[in-house]
Amino acid sequence: MEGRTDLEYCDNLEATELRLGLPGIDRAAAVSKANKRASGDDCDLKRSPPKAQVVGWPPVRSSYRKNSFQEKRLEAADIAGAGIFVKVSMDGAPYLRKIDLRIYRGYKELREALEDMFKFLPFPSLQCHEILDVEACNESEDAIAYEDKDGDWMLAGDVPWEMFISSCRRLRIMKGSEARGLASSP
Amino acid sequence: MLENCGGDNGDDERWSLHPDEASQTKFRQVSSIVCMPPPDQVLENVLEIVLCFLTSHRDRNAASLVCKSWFRAEAQTRQELFIGNCYAVSPARAIDRFRGVRSLVLKGKPRFADFNLVPLGWGARFSPWVAGMSPAYPWLERICLKRMTVADADLVLLARSFTSFRDLSLLSCDGFTTAGLAAIAENCRRLRSLDLIENDVEDDEDEVVDWVSRFPPGKTCLESLVFDCVGFAVNFGALEALVARSPRLRRLRVNDYISVGRLCRLMSLAPQLTHLGTGSFSTFEGEGDFRAILESAFMASKSLVCLSGYRNLAIDYLPTIYPACANLISLNLSYAQITADMLGPVITRCHNLQTFWVLDSVRDEGLQMVAATCKNLRELRVFPLDPTEDSEGSVSDIGLQAISEGCKHLESILYFCQSMTNAAVVAMSNNCQDLLVFRLCIMGRHRPDHLTGEPMDEGFGAIVQNCKNLTRLAVSGLLTDNAFSYIGKYGKSVKTLSVAFAGNSDLGLRYVLEGCPKLQKLEIRDSPFGDAGLLSGIHHYYNMRFLWMSSCKITLTGCKEVARRLPHMVVEVIRDRPEDDSGSFMEKAYMYRSLVGPRNDAPPFVKLL
Repeated sequence: MEGRTDLEYCDNLEATELRLGLPGIDRAAAVSKANKRASGDDCDLKRSPPKAQVVGWPPVRSSYRKNSFQEKRLEAADIAGAGIFVKVSMDGAPYLRKIDLRIYRGYKELREALEDMFKFLPFPSLQCHEILDVEACNESEDAIAYEDKDGDWMLAGDVPWEMFISSCRRLRIMKGSEARGLASSP
Repeated sequence: MLENCGGDNGDDERWSLHPDEASQTKFRQVSSIVCMPPPDQVLENVLEIVLCFLTSHRDRNAASLVCKSWFRAEAQTRQELFIGNCYAVSPARAIDRFRGVRSLVLKGKPRFADFNLVPLGWGARFSPWVAGMSPAYPWLERICLKRMTVADADLVLLARSFTSFRDLSLLSCDGFTTAGLAAIAENCRRLRSLDLIENDVEDDEDEVVDWVSRFPPGKTCLESLVFDCVGFAVNFGALEALVARSPRLRRLRVNDYISVGRLCRLMSLAPQLTHLGTGSFSTFEGEGDFRAILESAFMASKSLVCLSGYRNLAIDYLPTIYPACANLISLNLSYAQITADMLGPVITRCHNLQTFWVLDSVRDEGLQMVAATCKNLRELRVFPLDPTEDSEGSVSDIGLQAISEGCKHLESILYFCQSMTNAAVVAMSNNCQDLLVFRLCIMGRHRPDHLTGEPMDEGFGAIVQNCKNLTRLAVSGLLTDNAFSYIGKYGKSVKTLSVAFAGNSDLGLRYVLEGCPKLQKLEIRDSPFGDAGLLSGIHHYYNMRFLWMSSCKITLTGCKEVARRLPHMVVEVIRDRPEDDSGSFMEKAYMYRSLVGPRNDAPPFVKLL
C-alpha cells in the first residue's frame, strides 16, 4: 500500500556496496545518523528502522527537494547551482521528459522516479538490485541506458552514482532485448 | 435598454402595438414618450449597476439564485470568472452564461500532483479554454492558471486573441517553453504583469528562446515580472534595457542565473521596486566584490517591502540587506541554507515582518529569534532542508512553542519537523487563536508525541477547538480516530483538510464527513478508510470541490456506488498499472461534481465510472 516491500531488503544491500565519492551525502550516512539518535533518546527506542522513501512524502515540492543537494563542494561545470538536466526518452512513448539528476541519491531513486514518470506505460516491477544486473533481465525487462560525454551508450548502474551523474548526457529506457545487446558489447 | 424586457412579465401594455404598424409606430412611440421603461427593466438596470460592486464570486453565485432576472443581470455583469476545478464545467457552458468576462481564474490538477501522485498526462489542458475564449472574450484582460497544462500554442493564441490583455499568472503549470513566453512578450502590448511561479518550463537546452528580447521597444506598461522558475539564462542586456524602460515596474523576481553584480545593475535602474526576487545572490566567476554597491542599492530602494530569491546564497552578501529589513513585510529565505547565527542580524531588524518563509537549518534557536522580534507575524513557513523521514530533526516542539508565544497574531503556519509534542500544539491553539491555516507535517510517518509516546490527537483536537476561524488543516503524526472525531465535532469552519498516514478505521472518515459542514476539499492518502467511510459522505459530496483518496481501503464497488447514487459526480479511478485488479483496493480515486458529466479527454490510465 505504501510502497514496495522489497525495498527493506535493498537497504541492506546498500550497506555492502562499494562506493566512490564524497562522504556525508549518501543514504548510508543518513542511516547511521538516525541509528545514533535512536539509542540516545528514550522514546526513539520505539522508532522502527529507517524507512524506505515513499512517493510524494514528505509533501515537499521538487523545487525544494533540490536544496538538500546544494552543497557548496559539489561545484561542477554548471552555473549558479543549476541542476544536471537530462532528457529521458522511452521506447514507444510519444514524448520526452526532462529530469534533474541532482535530486536523486542513487540508482534506485532514479528508477523509481522514472517509473513514476512513465507510469501508465508497461514497466516491469522493480528489480531489487542497486547495481542493475543485466544477466537477470529477461526478454520483457526494460533497462535504463545513458549516453555519456563521449557519445557512447552505456547501461546505467555500472559506475558509482557520482561518476554517473557527471558523465550522463541523456537517458533512454529501452526494451530488454536491446539492452542485453548493449551489455554484451565490449 | 429599450428592448423587450423579457417574456416573464406579461404585462407589457405600454409596448403593445398592432403588428402591421409595429416598425413605424415603435419609433414614433419611442420619440414621443419620455423614456419610461417598465419597472422591471428599471430594476434590472439598477441591479446591474449594483451588482458591479459585488466582486466575490460566492456572493455573485448567491445573487444569481434569486430569480431569473437577477440570474441574467448577474451573468451579464460578472467580470471575473473563477473556476476552481476546470472539469466542473465546460468552456462552452461557461462562455455561454457569462458574456462579459474580463478576468479568468482557472485551476486544474489536484494538489497532490505537486508531489508526483498524479501521473503525467492526466489532463487539465488549457487548450480548449483558450480556444473557446478567443472568439468570445475579445476584451479579456487577465488570466490566472493554477496546475494547468499550458502549451506554447495556447500562449500564442492568447497573445493574438486578446488585444487588451494585461495580466498573466501561471502557478505550478507545465507544458510550455520559452517560445510561448516569447509570444506573450512580443504580442501583448499592454502587458502589465507576467508572473511565472513554480512552473515547469520544459525547454530543451539547445532550443531556449531569448524571450526577454521580444518585448517591444519603447516604454512598457510592465508592473510585475516574475520568472524565478525559468531555469535558463536570459539575455541580460535585454533584461537590463527592459527594466530601464519600464518606469512602472514594481515587482521583479529574477532567476538564479542573475548574479549579485547583475542584480546591482537592475536595482539601480529600478529603485522604485516594492518586491524583489534576488536570483542567486552570489558572485559568478571573476565578478569582483559587490557588497558595498549592493548595500547602497538596498539603502536606495526605500519602497522594498518583499524580498525573496537567495537561490544560492553567498553568506558574505547577506548583510547587504540590513538597510531594507525595517521596511520588510515579507521575507522568503527558504532557499538559503543558513544557521541561526546568520539569521539573527537579519531577523532582529525585521520588526514589521508579516510573512516569513525559512529553512529549518535555522533550528529552534532561529525560530526563537523570529518569535522575539516579529510581533506582527501573520504567516510562517518552515521548510525542511533534508525532506526525508530519517533526517536529523532541526526544528521541533521548542520552535513551535516559541513562535506561538511570540507571534500571537499568527494566521497561517506550515511547519515541517521530525517529531512534535501535543503540548506545543495545544500551546499554539491557545496563543494563536486567529489561526486560519494550520499545517503541521511531522515527516516521520505515524510518529507519536515524542515526550509522552501518545498519539497526536489531543494537539490537533485543541487546534480545531480553540481556533474557531480555522479554514485549512493538514494533520500528520500518529493519529487515531479520536483526532477525526475532534475535527468533526469542532471543525465547523474547516474547508480544506489534508490527511496522510492517519486514522484507524472508517469511523475516522465518517466523523469528518458528517461533522464538517463547510468541508470543500478533502485529500487523503495512505489511511485505512474504506467504502463505509466513503459512502458516509454521500449527503455532502455535491457541496464539495473534490475528494481525493489514494492508497486507502476503498474498492471499485464503493466508488461505483458513489457514481451510481450521485449522477453529477465524476468519479475517476487512476491506475498506476494498466492491469485489471478488480478485487483490490483502488490506488487513486479522485471525485468531483460536474455540470457536464465525465470528461472526454481522459488518458488510458484514468477510468471514469
